[in-house]
Amino acid sequence: MTDLAQDLLSSFLVAESQLNGSRNLGVVSLRKKAMDRFEKQGFPTTKNEEWKYTNLKPILKRDYRILLKGDDAVSFADIKKYLLSDLDTYKLVFINGKYSSWLSESTHQSFDICTFAAALNKYPDVIGDYLGKAAPEGTTFVDLNTAFADDGAFVRIKRDQTVDKPIEILYLTTDENGPAFAQNRNLIVMEQNAEVQIVERHQNIGTKPNFTNFVSEVFAAVDARMSYYKVQNDTLHASLVDNTHVVQERGSNVHVGTYSFGGKLVRNNLHFYADGENTESHMDGVTIINDGQTVDHHTLVDHREPNCYSRELYKGIYLGNSHGVFNGKVMVRQKAQKTNAFQQNDNILLSERAKVDTKPQLEIFADDVKCSHGCTIGQLDKNALFYLRSRGIPKKEAEGLMTYAFASDALEYVKIPQLEKRLNRVIADKLGINLEFAL
Amino acid sequence: MLKIKDLKAQVEDNQILKGINLEINAGEVHAIMGPNGSGKSTLSSVIAGREDYEVTDGAIDFEGEDLLDLDPEERAHKGIFLSFQYPVEIPGVSVSNFIKTAINESRKSRDEEPMEAREMLAKMREKSALLEMDKSYLSRSLNEGFSGGEKKRNEIFQMAMLEPKLAILDETDSGLDIDALRIVANGVNKLRSKDNAVVVITHYQRLLDYIKPDFVHVLYTGKIVKSGGPELAHELEERGYDWIKAENA
Repeated sequence: MTDLAQDLLSSFLVAESQLNGSRNLGVVSLRKKAMDRFEKQGFPTTKNEEWKYTNLKPILKRDYRILLKGDDAVSFADIKKYLLSDLDTYKLVFINGKYSSWLSESTHQSFDICTFAAALNKYPDVIGDYLGKAAPEGTTFVDLNTAFADDGAFVRIKRDQTVDKPIEILYLTTDENGPAFAQNRNLIVMEQNAEVQIVERHQNIGTKPNFTNFVSEVFAAVDARMSYYKVQNDTLHASLVDNTHVVQERGSNVHVGTYSFGGKLVRNNLHFYADGENTESHMDGVTIINDGQTVDHHTLVDHREPNCYSRELYKGIYLGNSHGVFNGKVMVRQKAQKTNAFQQNDNILLSERAKVDTKPQLEIFADDVKCSHGCTIGQLDKNALFYLRSRGIPKKEAEGLMTYAFASDALEYVKIPQLEKRLNRVIADKLGINLEFAL
Repeated sequence: MLKIKDLKAQVEDNQILKGINLEINAGEVHAIMGPNGSGKSTLSSVIAGREDYEVTDGAIDFEGEDLLDLDPEERAHKGIFLSFQYPVEIPGVSVSNFIKTAINESRKSRDEEPMEAREMLAKMREKSALLEMDKSYLSRSLNEGFSGGEKKRNEIFQMAMLEPKLAILDETDSGLDIDALRIVANGVNKLRSKDNAVVVITHYQRLLDYIKPDFVHVLYTGKIVKSGGPELAHELEERGYDWIKAENA
């Protein structure tokens, strides 16, 4: 057992009775069982098939503080640049895992946009119905998060409600705790025909390393619609394991976009469970990383009912000695006839030292389905480069233009123009090209 | 304007051009014809600077300057334009931004300021009208989802925008119906002047009914084996290429 695992076990004994929701017997039991499973299983190593290409050892080796203190010294000026400042939004801001009410803008008016901690007390029935029902038991990081998590975002949209403006969820880490191990949890419940847009970000605003183990559970009831954007542009001190699990009922439409430009090690476990007919599941993303960075996308779409559609498009650009991993699993159960599943992972290596491991995985048990998958790893197309150069565009600019075009293609489904503009700017910046030239 | 002397070029040890001699002056239109695989597209690629081809001998002189030392973009800045037989699709880059970038890069190479936005727009409108193209096409991704005819029109649109001194049209007629052919040819003719030259590379006579050449050359197995006036094109149309092959067997 690693030192960190030991620390977590002893911290749990200390913290258990002090966590939010510790009077809720259901939650207490959920936590205990999750911690038991963690104790048996421990952290995965590269011998585990799911972690074959991503080695956690260097990240787990470090001493982290587990029971974190908040930080009152953070002001709006410190965090402004991480928010869509040109757009009116609801805001849920957490500092070292603790909710910061003075930096946030929550509501209980027509819908609940508040904290998981508040919901633990206020809505025990909702918690009982949904907590732990999307994220699978027996997965180390999910179990660990279930055991410790006592705050995060709680979003509940009642039937036929459309949230009037996007919600921004910001998880910040400061130097207050030294190296910090943060575990927050989102619970997002959309009732029938509800609609919401969420922009989420984890950001280390200090200089000390941190490791975040995050779980987000999403429930989309009949005909609910959601756009969920994850902006990952953290510092080289920050590592993240993001576990996002989406359960969809009939006719619902959920898009999760993951935009990964930063962080030392980022692992995205994104699972969709299509539990009703005629659902649409969209997952896409752009990864642009450089020296010392790893981004690992592990996705699962579980088609359990007939007539559903899933679309998956991940683009990656790798510079320096960066390392990308893509593992996309599409499961089509016997009952899920007429499934239409599309999956594509395209990568460009701009350096000889960069590396990508990509693995599509299809398991199909129905006989009347349309499933396509593909992955490419390559350099820029020579013919296209010559075409641009023959029109007078210099080599470096032509390469930049093509790389930019390749990446921004995956932003097609971003429905918030301010966010799209911002992501385009980050892409141009990461590729060192003049944006005016590209747009 | 362009002087090609004993040009030899190969790709992966395969000798394709075996000593080309050709001189083109301002104000002239030259047609280069020949059967498949004779080296027509190689010649145009070598002039434009495609790096896949290795020039093993000979020289290309453009307005007194050795072209072979220059990168493709530098050749474009000097006024050389190649209309591709198979224009490349570039998703995510709109036609208008692409052409704006191309024009301003050329201007930059001459130490000129970027073109005023208003002037650029007016010019785009004028030239797209010349090619009878819908305005909406300017905001579409470059060649993506374009029909064969739209791609070729887009090539001539770019030529009209860039105003090259020497335009090489590589099989511009392939894949065009008769209406599109007329529009493309009309576009090219409107751009002709005493100061520029056009090289039309084609398999068939029919484009030459619209763009009338001053000289016709026959390229066969990497060499120009026959040159003449427009009547040579008609003769090829009637008799095919077999007699050329027989003469050079």
